Amino acid sequence: MAVLAEGLRKTFDKKAALDGIDLTVPAGTVCGLLGPNGAGKTTAVRILATLLRLDGGRAEVAGFDVVRDAAEVRRRVGLNGQQSTVDAVLTGRENLVMWGRLYHLSRRQAERRADELLEQFGLTDAAGKRAKTYSGGMRRRLDLASSFIMAPQVLFLDEPTTGLDPRNRGEVWREVKRLVAEGTTVLLTTQYLDEADQLADQIVVLDSGKVVADGPPDQLKSKLGGDRIEVVVRSAGDLGAAARILGAAAEVDADNFRVSAAVEDRVAALTRVTRDLADAGVEAEDIALRRPTLDEVFLTLTGHKAVAA
Amino acid sequence: MIYALTDSWVVAKRDLMHWIREPVRVFAGMLYPVVSVLIFAFVFGSAMSVYGGGSYQEFLLPGMLGQAIAFGTAATMMVVSLDASRGVTDRFRASPMSQTGVVAGRSIADLVNSTLEILLLVLCGLAIGWRWHLGIVSALAAVGLLLWLRFALIWVGIYFGLLLKPEASSASWMVLFPLTMFANTFVSPELMPPWLRLVSEWNPISSTVAACRELFGNPGVGGDSWAAQHAVLLAIVWPLLLVAIFWPLSVRRYRDLSR
Repeated sequence: MAVLAEGLRKTFDKKAALDGIDLTVPAGTVCGLLGPNGAGKTTAVRILATLLRLDGGRAEVAGFDVVRDAAEVRRRVGLNGQQSTVDAVLTGRENLVMWGRLYHLSRRQAERRADELLEQFGLTDAAGKRAKTYSGGMRRRLDLASSFIMAPQVLFLDEPTTGLDPRNRGEVWREVKRLVAEGTTVLLTTQYLDEADQLADQIVVLDSGKVVADGPPDQLKSKLGGDRIEVVVRSAGDLGAAARILGAAAEVDADNFRVSAAVEDRVAALTRVTRDLADAGVEAEDIALRRPTLDEVFLTLTGHKAVAA
Repeated sequence: MIYALTDSWVVAKRDLMHWIREPVRVFAGMLYPVVSVLIFAFVFGSAMSVYGGGSYQEFLLPGMLGQAIAFGTAATMMVVSLDASRGVTDRFRASPMSQTGVVAGRSIADLVNSTLEILLLVLCGLAIGWRWHLGIVSALAAVGLLLWLRFALIWVGIYFGLLLKPEASSASWMVLFPLTMFANTFVSPELMPPWLRLVSEWNPISSTVAACRELFGNPGVGGDSWAAQHAVLLAIVWPLLLVAIFWPLSVRRYRDLSR
C-alpha cells in the first residue's frame, strides 16, 4: 500500500476535523478525496504529508510511519497545496533548480533535473522567462514539476485545479495521468465530481470528518443512480406518453412538464428516446443527458446538502 | 550538517535574487533612509540642539542607523508571513531540507540587506559632514553592534511573521515607527518629559545607538542614567535578551504549525 491510514483523528479547538478515517491506496493508483469545504480533505492530506500531527490512529506513506519516520516519508512524497508556491520573480528553470538544491541534489544534478522536468511538463520554451509572465495553467504545471524533483512515490495534490479555466484544468489532468502512468501514486482532493471521475481509480467521499463512501467511481455512480435522461414536453397531456417511453423507473415532475429516468447506455438511450418520442408524436421542448451534480451526490450520501464554507 | 549550510545558502540566494531582479523595490527601500537623512539633517536639523553640545549631523547618523536596523524587523516579518500564507513554508516543511536552513538563510539575507543599508547611510553621513573619530576598529565595532541588534530582531520578526497574516504584518511600522522615535535616535532623552525620558533611555534601540555614538566618537554620549552610561554593555545584553526570548518562542510557534 502506498498510503495506509487507520482511524485517523484530528481535533481543532475541541471540534473533530477528522473523526476516525480509514484509507488504503494501492501503489500506482489515484485516490480522489471528495467532499465539500470543511469535510476534512485538506486536514487528511496535511497529516499524511507530515505537516500536521495526528491526534489518534496511525498512518503509513510509502511504507513509513508519518510520525516516527517523518524524514523518510518526506524524501518519498511530493506535495502541491491549494496555493501556488511558484516564485514569480524567478524563472521557471531557477524555480526548479532551487527545489532541486533543497532536495539535496548537486548543482549540476539539479540543473539537469530541471531541464528534464521542463521538457516533461512542456515548459522548455518558457524556461528562461520569469514565472510571473506564465499563464495560470503554466504556473500550475511548474508547481507540479517542482514537487516532482525526486519523482516521488506518492504525490499529494490538494485541489490541483481550483481556480483554473477548463483548458488549464485539462492540461493539469493530462500531466497527472502521465505521472500515474509512470508509476506514481496520487492522492488528490477535489470538490469536483468530474475531476475525481476523470482521474481517480478510487473515490473516497468525506463529510464532517468521516468517510461516507469509498469505492471505484463506477460503483459510486451506480449507487447514485448514474446518468439521467430528462425530457421536457410541450403540454401536460404528453407526460404520460413520455413516461411510458422512458420506462418503468421514470419520474414525472408534472409542474415543470419534466420526465426523467436513470440510464446506463447514455447515447444509445438518447437516440432511442428521441426516436420513440417522434414516433409517438410527442413534441419535446428539451431532451438532455445529465450527470449527477456534486450536490446530488452529497444529498444522496449524507442526506444533507454540501455547504460551501 | 553540511545540508544545513547549502540549504541556508539556497534560501538566502532566493531572497538576494529578488533584490537583483526587482531593483525598483530595492531603490525605493533605500530611498527612505537617504531622504530621511536629508530631512532630519537639514529640515529639522536647524531647529535641533544636541544635549551637551556638538553637531546635530554627527548626532543624527547613529540614530538613523538605529532606526534602519529596527525597521528591518518589518522586512523579516513580511517575508516570513508571506511565505507562510502562500504555502511556501509548508513546502519547505514537507521537504527533506534542514529546518535550520530556512532560518539561517533568512538571517543571511537579512544581514546582507542591513549591511548594505548601513553602508548606504554611512556614505550619506559622510556627505553631510558626519565622521568617525576613534579609528576604523572602533567604527567597525559599532557596525558589529548594529548587526547584532539586527540579528536579534530577525527572531522578533520571525515570531510575529508566523503569528500574523501578511496584512497585519504590513502594518507593523505603526508600532515600529514610535518605537524608533521614543528613543535617543533623533533627540536626546534629556530634553524629554521625565516618563518619556525613562522609556527612551531604556529602549534597546537607544542602547545600540548610544553605543554607536560612543564608538564613532560622535556627540550626545553619556547622561545621568545608568542605561546611558553603560550603553555598550546594554547594546550587547539587550539583543541577547531578545534572542533568549524570541528564539524559543519562534521555534515553538514553528512547531505549532503542525498542531
